[in-house]
Amino acid sequence: MLSQQILNGITLGATYALIALGYTMVYGIIQLINFAHGEIYMVGAFVGVFMITVFQQGLVVSLAAAMLACVIMGVTIERFAYRPLRRSTRLAPLISAIGLSIFLQTLMTKIKGPQPIPFPHVMEDALYKLGPIEISKVQIIILVVASLLMAGLHFIVKYVKIGKAMRAASEDYDTSALMGINVNRVISFTFAIGSSLAAAGGVLVGLYFNSVSPFMGVTAGLKAFCAAVLGGIGSIPGAMLGGLFIGVAETLGIAGGFDTYKDAIAFTLLIIVLLFRPTGLLGRPIQKKV
Amino acid sequence: MLKVEDIHVYYGAIYAIKGISLEVSQGEIVTLIGANGAGKTTILNTICGLIKAKSGQIRFEGKEITGVATQELVKRGLTQVPEGRRIFANMPIYENLELGAFLNKNKKEVAAEIEKVYDRFPRLKERKNQLAGSLSGGEQQMLAMGRALMSKPRLLLLDEPSMGLSPILVKDIFSIIKELNQQGTTILLVEQNAKMALSIAHRGYVVETGRIVLAGDAENLLNSSEVKKAYLGG
Repeated sequence: MLSQQILNGITLGATYALIALGYTMVYGIIQLINFAHGEIYMVGAFVGVFMITVFQQGLVVSLAAAMLACVIMGVTIERFAYRPLRRSTRLAPLISAIGLSIFLQTLMTKIKGPQPIPFPHVMEDALYKLGPIEISKVQIIILVVASLLMAGLHFIVKYVKIGKAMRAASEDYDTSALMGINVNRVISFTFAIGSSLAAAGGVLVGLYFNSVSPFMGVTAGLKAFCAAVLGGIGSIPGAMLGGLFIGVAETLGIAGGFDTYKDAIAFTLLIIVLLFRPTGLLGRPIQKKV
Repeated sequence: MLKVEDIHVYYGAIYAIKGISLEVSQGEIVTLIGANGAGKTTILNTICGLIKAKSGQIRFEGKEITGVATQELVKRGLTQVPEGRRIFANMPIYENLELGAFLNKNKKEVAAEIEKVYDRFPRLKERKNQLAGSLSGGEQQMLAMGRALMSKPRLLLLDEPSMGLSPILVKDIFSIIKELNQQGTTILLVEQNAKMALSIAHRGYVVETGRIVLAGDAENLLNSSEVKKAYLGG
């Protein structure tokens, strides 16, 4: 029973982790909590639905299309809502982000209405037994897709040139430019990656809970934000760990009878962790040697 | 090679550079000396495109570079070793060096360049997998210089390479600067350690509160009574 709940928790946590990665990467590079990130996730889910219902596409194509659409959206948002404010106070882009978040929710409500809509039927689900645990086909898909995306992200950040440039820019813009790095391009790329992961998360969550709504980004976004901070904001492995941690804790909490407080679990955990580790689980204190 | 003409630079509301002109010819070491806050770093950062000048003109190898992006200047052969080293502390040494050659797509060439840097600074080779932040000040300065060399600059700007280093290390660093120059890199050196800087430079400029107050051959400056009184301790 416990192992079953842990598996469910990991599945949920994997989707939180996908969203949390976008928060942490964007924060790592421009020190902005992108409060519109949850809405990117929501739009991703709707694009997925749109591809399946209107264009009659399968899951793979719909997922890819949602990711691509959100790449364009994320890059555009950065270009027009954040970049002009790069040299102003830190509060300005934050307000811009909140504004965008409200705008996107309202826009989607106008288009689709405020009610949640069911995720279209895209494949037959099936249940497999693994000893005492049951795992559904949807869960397998979520775990496989999330693992592949995170492994891909790890590879890019660690070994690919643009990934190295991202790490460099997150330490020091001016010095990165002195290396020949186009910092603006690196920031765009960071938004592209973060948004595509959120879109994937949106489609997978829609599939898992069979529901998509214009407001789905609010709670999921906040929880993923908690996951990112809990893991150590700016740390990519931290966001993955934080997402899984919150997913498992939430599922166990529900199984333990705290289902009324389901959405409070993430925030409670965050407070507890920050009391003991103010930089988050894998966050590093800022250190400078002169 | 580099020609700066009457640049005026503001730092927010502060009028930091009040009309500076200077010139660096191919093969030279030119030094800018002056007290803290005189505007030396601002001059270098303006040349590199990190700060925009309000007015004035900067030309590099005959072409106007005022307003050209920093990364574009690196491509054209101009880069800077910034003040305080500014190494990427959370990345290992070899990655810092790789980043220095960011614009070079030829992996073999980059690997060969890294070997050259290791030959010049053997200490870096011993520690190539260590995080750069764990290096000592002198090693960080070597790394910062090695990293800048990775882009094979024709003109290298150096900002306070001696800052915070022991006298022995300062000597090492300066002999490396001299060596680099002899191997063909033109150098514009900003220093508070006026004596050291003038001892290796061909020419120098003395900067005071955003203006150049003295200019000339390094030797003459070293012997001039004004420089002696203000910067060399009598």
